[in-house]
Amino acid sequence: MSRRPGDEVITSGRNPAGHNRLPRYLRAKPGIIEAVHGFYPLADERAVGREAPEPLYTVAFAAADLWDADAEPNCVVHAELWESYLAGR
Amino acid sequence: MPAADAEDHGHAHPHDAATATAAANTRRVDALVARLERAGLVSESALSATLEGFLAASGPSNGARLIARAWTDPAFKALLLADADAAIAAAGIDLTHWAAVRMRAVENTAAVHNVIVCTLCSCYPIALLGPSPHWYKSEAYRSRVVREPRAVLREFGCVVPADVQIRVWDSTAELRYVVIPQRPAGTDELSESQLAELVTRDMLIGVA
Repeated sequence: MSRRPGDEVITSGRNPAGHNRLPRYLRAKPGIIEAVHGFYPLADERAVGREAPEPLYTVAFAAADLWDADAEPNCVVHAELWESYLAGR
Repeated sequence: MPAADAEDHGHAHPHDAATATAAANTRRVDALVARLERAGLVSESALSATLEGFLAASGPSNGARLIARAWTDPAFKALLLADADAAIAAAGIDLTHWAAVRMRAVENTAAVHNVIVCTLCSCYPIALLGPSPHWYKSEAYRSRVVREPRAVLREFGCVVPADVQIRVWDSTAELRYVVIPQRPAGTDELSESQLAELVTRDMLIGVA
């Protein structure tokens, strides 16, 4: 498992045509790996009948990085994201 | 106006999108069940028994039991935070009737308030807490709680002080969450079962 808690990441900005579980509001945003969960089948592939396990992480996003000046203070949003949903390093 | 709608209400009025979607989904499920019954693959009675069995084993009282034990047993709370599935099994709560997803417990403290959502659909720990409340599946809750959690919680009557961090957990993949609320003050004398009665479904979601 290559990424570790505390690592800085940027989420993918891709807009795939098929099933995908990277919420649009979390596209191309900076975050921090909060937890590493092991391998789980990537939802995008499972949706078309293929098993493609990938590392799954919980990523923490500061509200200010998501909503800019509209962010409420002192808020963090967490989401579980597969490796494919993160930009390369 | 479709005949089915006329039969349902006898008058015409605009439905909101969620109601229309729910009605369409109901028709789709009914058609699917009817087709499977005709093919001899399922029976209505077997489906009902499965559903009743699932619901009988699911409900907020499961979550309340976990929380009361965590409030009274520090070792159990440590296990619940480190490996919620192991803690749930240790508490004698059987979730094997559920699809294999992992549970994670997140703890409210004097400095942190947690709240759960699924912005993409309506992921929820059904086996542990029972069916989700209707508002949990609403577009309003799902879209707003990640953007203005303090304002949304205030509307639920849950005022989180500015110096308390709000952590929103968006259930986007394989984990389902349960909030460990803070033990209320003045409950030192209460038994574990009395404490469990203080725990509400909304506390377990993090909106109370």
